Amino acid sequence: MSNGFFIDVTRCIACKACQIACKQWNNLPAEQTTNVGSYQNPPDFSAVTYKLVRMTESIVDGKFYGLYFPDQCRHCLLPPCLLWAQDSDAIYQDKDTGAVVYTSETQKLKAEDIIGVCPYDVPRRGKDGLLAKCTMCNDRVKRGMEPACVKTCPTDALNFGKLEEMQALASERLEKIKSIYPDAQLLDADDVRVIFLTAFAPQKYHRYAAAFDARPRKTR
Amino acid sequence: MTNHWIDLRNSDCILVMGANPAENHPISFRYVNQAKDNGAKLICVDPRITRTATSADIYAPLRSGTDIAFLGGMIKYILENRLFQEDYVGNYTNAPFIVGEEYGFEDGLFSGYDPDEKHYDKSRWAFETDDQGIPERDPTMQHKRCVLSLLRDHFARYDLKTVSMITGTSQESLMAVYETFTLTGAASKAGTVLYAMGWTQHTTGVQNIRAMSIIQLLLGNMGLAGGGINALRGENNVQGSTDHALLWGNWPGYLKVPRDSDHSLPAYNEKYASKNNDPLSVNWWQHYGKYSVSFLKSMFGAKATSENDFGYAWMPKCKDDRSYAWWQSFKSMYHDGIRGFFAWGMNPAVSCGNVSKIREALTKLDWMVHVNIFATETSDFWKGPNMKPEDIKTEVFSLPACTWVEKEGSITNSGRWMQWRYMGPRPRGQSRSDGHIMMELGSRLKALYAGGGVFPEPIRNLKWDYTTNGEFDPHKVAKEINGYFLEDVTVDGRTYRKGTLVPSFVLLQDDGSTSSGNWLYCASYTEAGNQAARQGQEDAPNKIGNYPEFAWAWPLNRRIIYNRASVDLRGKPINPEKWVVRFEGEEKSGKYTGGQWVGDVIDGGGLPLHHPDGSLNRDGRYPFIMRAHGVGQIFGPGLNDGPLPEHYEPLESPIAKNYMSPQRRNPLMRYSALLDKPATADPRFPIICTTYRLTEHWMTVTQAVPWNREIQPQVFVELSHELAAEKMISNGERVVVESSRGQLECVALVTHRFQLMQIVGKTVHHIGIPWHFGWRRQTSGNDESVNVLVAFAIDPSAEIPEYKAFMVNVHKK
Ligand code: SF4
Ligand code: SF4
Ligand code: SF4
Repeated sequence: MSNGFFIDVTRCIACKACQIACKQWNNLPAEQTTNVGSYQNPPDFSAVTYKLVRMTESIVDGKFYGLYFPDQCRHCLLPPCLLWAQDSDAIYQDKDTGAVVYTSETQKLKAEDIIGVCPYDVPRRGKDGLLAKCTMCNDRVKRGMEPACVKTCPTDALNFGKLEEMQALASERLEKIKSIYPDAQLLDADDVRVIFLTAFAPQKYHRYAAAFDARPRKTR
Repeated sequence: MTNHWIDLRNSDCILVMGANPAENHPISFRYVNQAKDNGAKLICVDPRITRTATSADIYAPLRSGTDIAFLGGMIKYILENRLFQEDYVGNYTNAPFIVGEEYGFEDGLFSGYDPDEKHYDKSRWAFETDDQGIPERDPTMQHKRCVLSLLRDHFARYDLKTVSMITGTSQESLMAVYETFTLTGAASKAGTVLYAMGWTQHTTGVQNIRAMSIIQLLLGNMGLAGGGINALRGENNVQGSTDHALLWGNWPGYLKVPRDSDHSLPAYNEKYASKNNDPLSVNWWQHYGKYSVSFLKSMFGAKATSENDFGYAWMPKCKDDRSYAWWQSFKSMYHDGIRGFFAWGMNPAVSCGNVSKIREALTKLDWMVHVNIFATETSDFWKGPNMKPEDIKTEVFSLPACTWVEKEGSITNSGRWMQWRYMGPRPRGQSRSDGHIMMELGSRLKALYAGGGVFPEPIRNLKWDYTTNGEFDPHKVAKEINGYFLEDVTVDGRTYRKGTLVPSFVLLQDDGSTSSGNWLYCASYTEAGNQAARQGQEDAPNKIGNYPEFAWAWPLNRRIIYNRASVDLRGKPINPEKWVVRFEGEEKSGKYTGGQWVGDVIDGGGLPLHHPDGSLNRDGRYPFIMRAHGVGQIFGPGLNDGPLPEHYEPLESPIAKNYMSPQRRNPLMRYSALLDKPATADPRFPIICTTYRLTEHWMTVTQAVPWNREIQPQVFVELSHELAAEKMISNGERVVVESSRGQLECVALVTHRFQLMQIVGKTVHHIGIPWHFGWRRQTSGNDESVNVLVAFAIDPSAEIPEYKAFMVNVHKK
């Protein structure tokens, strides 16, 4: 199966262009926010925020690092949300693209369970009761266009294409930057379509950046 | 930019100083990343660990306003270790020129200083010349008054210890930057510099850039692929608007606005045309009269004749020795000197320094016309903080402008590329393009003056025919800017027909037979079509990413200016790997008999300076064609505040003394003592503050866009953990920042991005506040512009205010 992302956070400058492009393409409204002492805003995913550039700072060996993580749904190869829901009217995987798509039928699902089962803490429930998250811009992709966020990214941090190509690109890039960042790693590369490359341990970026032991997983 | 965005990828070392491209020019990072992929080093020097800094190989903090000290240290390092490119410096710069005996520098002042007028007599800094007016040179660069020697003497004081004391940069960090960047002095390497308002918005703004230009000349980085001096413009068309006379002292194409004493056109042309008797110097400004006459023909069409000086008398003149910069206009407005005001695409009630005074100035107007896409703090100043609408007489007229996607026309980007844009959706509601509004304004003025009035000729005679079917037509304007043959003109045996577009500015004439609204743009819209609209994807044979068939760059589609300095005396590329131009010559017994330049469009034409056998070529040309002497100016006698850069403290600084000289501030700096009470080494205001932009906003405009407000909703101050602990401030709480001019309440963002600084042995805090926010769109109920805190002190050459360094205090609310 077919499409994937490679997200190289070592190239990301946290310009948030992807975050806004996602809102624009998907026609999502702005949230009312305040500055709570961070450049990151909104503070978290919501039913109207599918893409979120998470921003933290960290001192490693006395050196300052700005850690930027353009977070989104991983479109898991075996999606726990989909497996849990077992309702292809509500959550299905597009055969051509591999996108994990939520429909209006997600209204019927128990939201806490679906959110709880996602290893990356991605889906959110809207006021209308629907569950929402990144769509892989399936509507664009099926017409031969890149996702809006990828199209917008100025630094080539976001890449999109055939899954195998993205996997190859990810490994290639990992090899290259290991000499600069010995802790560099690909996050859950065998399980997801959205492969992140981080310079440091994923927990430094975000609690749920990688799946392993991040949260108690629900099992059915 | 001398180079352009894509060219960044050719660099071996990118120094970012006085800019934050990762946040403010994100697209540049596509090419910065590509350069890094190829092994380039990225250096960032900034008071704050910006997102550019977090991508950099080397980050060095420095105190705002001390860039000349930092760069002066690098100049000293280069000279002491002889890291400069000897051939380049000797042949292509004025380093060997002998400076006259009247030049001197003592106690922080150059010779010729008049303390009453706060003015230098620049004639004291002149070169020694022969009877032809050609500067005397010492090719060995040993003479004690040659430029290289004077440079060495001048910067001898800039030792590591003193520089570190002033800048707050550790000696290790200084050395790391100096060592890494000066590696680009090797012939096969190119280093570039990216700067923006962090350099310009100081009372030493122009000299900051001069200091770096000197470094780039010493290292032989001007004219090379991946080299140059690159100003990142803060708006996609700042380059274009500057080219087209945004600044008060310019006519389009950097011609001068005449002064009262420039009585006639011949006198005016004589005064500003550059003279030089050295046959090897192209001295491009000798053509001044062709450009000024062609410009007047564009202004007044058939009404401009040789009998009436082509309408020269109808153009506004400035008083001798008076500035009309916008800060002067506001001062004048404040003192009731200006009654009416167009605020066109500008929001001074947020964006000016000491902004409370600016707003007060607006209350003194009779009328203001506000042209913008949204209402702003300027259109609504009368209902802003501390205003009593019932007491304000100013009548405000608002004209809604449409956005850039709703109109057709060109922009000129930082890389000097003129790019044509088509109209997307039609303008909404009653909004109109700026061009339409100007056209209408001009037409109505013409109708009013038709029956007479005071001095009606300039308006009546104005050529004003840029409409098609009654609508503003940007193509007609673009063609006028390019220029027409107004009669059949024959040059070098070729006849150009009346009514056709001029294909190149070398064909412009001073007899009224050509027009051109801006000579620099002549060749942009020709009989071959609108060059700016081209989208060709082919690269040039040098394969350095110049893409000459995509859009159009001034001058003459040259992508890298000063490219003639990228070859050696015989026309061979200094760096053959990434060559920009090269000479393919026909040769006979060691002499060039002809040949052509390939690659980029060559600066100035002609042949290389030397023949293949090493002898001087009389048909050769010096590389810096816009300079009278044809070479890069290490010693620049043209600026108001000195031929060499010198460190001075900002108007407000944490230390009472300048450790470089007894002269504390730039002696030519101007500020209004009436409106401002600066606080230097004042215990009430011990913290250094700077201002900047955010990636999430553009100027003050995007405050109106919900998505932008979502990601950056309100004004905040970034401060260090140490300062927060000292003041018992926790992250996210509301605090008050105070300067001698005002108070600002905002959110505290406690961060490691600011760190403690050691300035002359004293621990000093540095903080920063973004400036986009105003009072019109409130998140907290108390949001305001940071410019209530900022001083209004002015650089003596560019007259830009010092937004980047001032003193404050901060406390819990
Ligand atoms: S990341 Fe979460 S929401 Fe996305 S497919 Fe995987 S389990 Fe589902
Ligand atoms: S793929 Fe589309 S929906 Fe998903 S984050 Fe990117 S822009 Fe948003
Ligand atoms: S657009 Fe690219 S560089 Fe910008 S925040 Fe998103 S991933 Fe990072």
